[in-house]
Amino acid sequence: MADVALTDTIATADLAARAQTTARAGRGDSRFHFLTWAAAATVLLIFMGVIGSLVIGSAPAIKAFGFSFLTSSVWDPTSNEFGGLPSIVGTLVTSTLAMILAVPIGIGVAIFLTELCPRPLRRPIGIAIELLAGIPSIIYGIWGLFVFAPWFQEHVQQPIIDATDGIPVIGSLFGGAPYGIGVFTAGLILSIMILPFISAVTRDVFETVPTMLKEAAYGLGCTTWEVMWRVVLPYARTGVVGGAMLALGRALGETMAVTFVIGNAHKIHLSLFAPGTTISATIANEFTEATSVLYTSSLIFMGLILFFITFIVLACAQLMLRALERQAGIK
Amino acid sequence: MIVSRALYTRRRLYNTLFIALSVGAAVFGLIWLAFILSALLSEGFAALSPSLFTMSTPPPGQPGGLANAILGSVLMSVIAVVLGTPIGLFAGTYLAEYGKHTKFAFVVRFVNDILLSAPSIVTGLFIYEIVVLPMGHFSAWAGTLSLMVIVIPVVVRTTENMLILVPNGLREAATALGAPTSFVIRSVTWAAAKAGIVTGVLLAVARISGETAPLLFTALNNNFLSTKLNAPMASLPAVIFQYALSPYDDWHKLAWAGALLVTATVLTLSIIARLLETKRN
Repeated sequence: MADVALTDTIATADLAARAQTTARAGRGDSRFHFLTWAAAATVLLIFMGVIGSLVIGSAPAIKAFGFSFLTSSVWDPTSNEFGGLPSIVGTLVTSTLAMILAVPIGIGVAIFLTELCPRPLRRPIGIAIELLAGIPSIIYGIWGLFVFAPWFQEHVQQPIIDATDGIPVIGSLFGGAPYGIGVFTAGLILSIMILPFISAVTRDVFETVPTMLKEAAYGLGCTTWEVMWRVVLPYARTGVVGGAMLALGRALGETMAVTFVIGNAHKIHLSLFAPGTTISATIANEFTEATSVLYTSSLIFMGLILFFITFIVLACAQLMLRALERQAGIK
Repeated sequence: MIVSRALYTRRRLYNTLFIALSVGAAVFGLIWLAFILSALLSEGFAALSPSLFTMSTPPPGQPGGLANAILGSVLMSVIAVVLGTPIGLFAGTYLAEYGKHTKFAFVVRFVNDILLSAPSIVTGLFIYEIVVLPMGHFSAWAGTLSLMVIVIPVVVRTTENMLILVPNGLREAATALGAPTSFVIRSVTWAAAKAGIVTGVLLAVARISGETAPLLFTALNNNFLSTKLNAPMASLPAVIFQYALSPYDDWHKLAWAGALLVTATVLTLSIIARLLETKRN
């Protein structure tokens, strides 16, 4: 009987301690929950801060120029007249060039890595290609300016200019003097920079293609190329397009590499070999030199336009890749 | 059976052609890597000297080094990572453990992935507007904050990805023993995902050690050795930018040496991150 009473008192004390511990744990629990929530909210806040600060900063330029900022190609700091057209066109042209080169090559690399490469070499070669994405943008810039541009000028530009001289359209597209630097060089270097993004995403989606599908196609007598082109690629379409959009988002906003090699001219030339500029290059070059409020504000306005364009591209990329993930989750 | 020899030959031909093209694509990628690295090594090593680490950036024509830029880069990167990692870690934890499929979590995830690939120069403009303008001058703090804005999304993304991989059985076992959710996360889930989270932080460091655009109009530059966070500070990328575009040969040399240092740091970090990843698998 005494024993039971003793156990009871222990149990009560124990229960009380336990209740305390539970309460403390509960408080700690909700505090931790709140902390993680606050961190997540911070991410949202940063995003809204970026948009808000860009809108506020570009207000003077929007008020002064309105929509004509998008269509005017005047860039004259001394008379305080600014138009963003050359930069916007430059951004779009260099990114398009980069995509034209990098998409097929990126898909080729992915095909090589998933189907053709001997297994022991797969990881090292995959990593080597991905290292291209790890090299900082400024390194591409200094290399492009001092090593690539002179080489390109002598061994590629001059022959192309000579060969296309006199041909209508193509001749003017590649006309002019070989500067080495220019829109084409910028597009080419951009394509090397975004290549790993395309090949990495493409390889990942290629690996989700069911082996059964491929084997069935091989069983019907398809060649490797036919399996890739007619079975794997259609199956992985959404992922490939998503990866390409992600890379496009990068190309549009790429700053330092382009700033070094594009030549920074606020003019729109027909020739791809001529110097030009992009939104990010203009901002990087001129922001600290901008003396008037309207000058600074015009540059921030260009930043806003750039953010808007990349936002749309990246949002599309994300929605496509997300849909793919969900699809893969169901299967 | 009728076999069309012409069709067969054509298919064989196409196959060989496109296989050759995709091998060519891989070679194309590798050649650029070799081209860049070899230029970097030959130019960079030629410019390496002990004075790089002991002297500050010189006026043209005088001997000097990169000590102020190296110190500035290390200082700003370290503070940015120290400040940014907890926020990223907590936000990633929220997405993986609490938010999951809620609308709020969806929006945060979406916005985070946009920030992850958004142009870094825009980050610089943002910090310029909210820090440099109100303070009235450029400062290392502004540079640090703009790097932090780049660190956070990287850590959020890898943290969430790694936590999702932790088997639910582990969480359930810990919960069944009576551990509160926060305790389960801190001592079970985080522990299980540790290697992956460290990988994420390393990748974030690699990413910001080469970032130039956001520093140009936040931390600006400084020709003297400085540890004052309230004043402009030099950084390797900003010095490379300034010196490479100058007309002076000795400045170009310093720019190459800086480029070699930056690339060596970034590539070492990414390779360590990859090794950690492989070990985990």
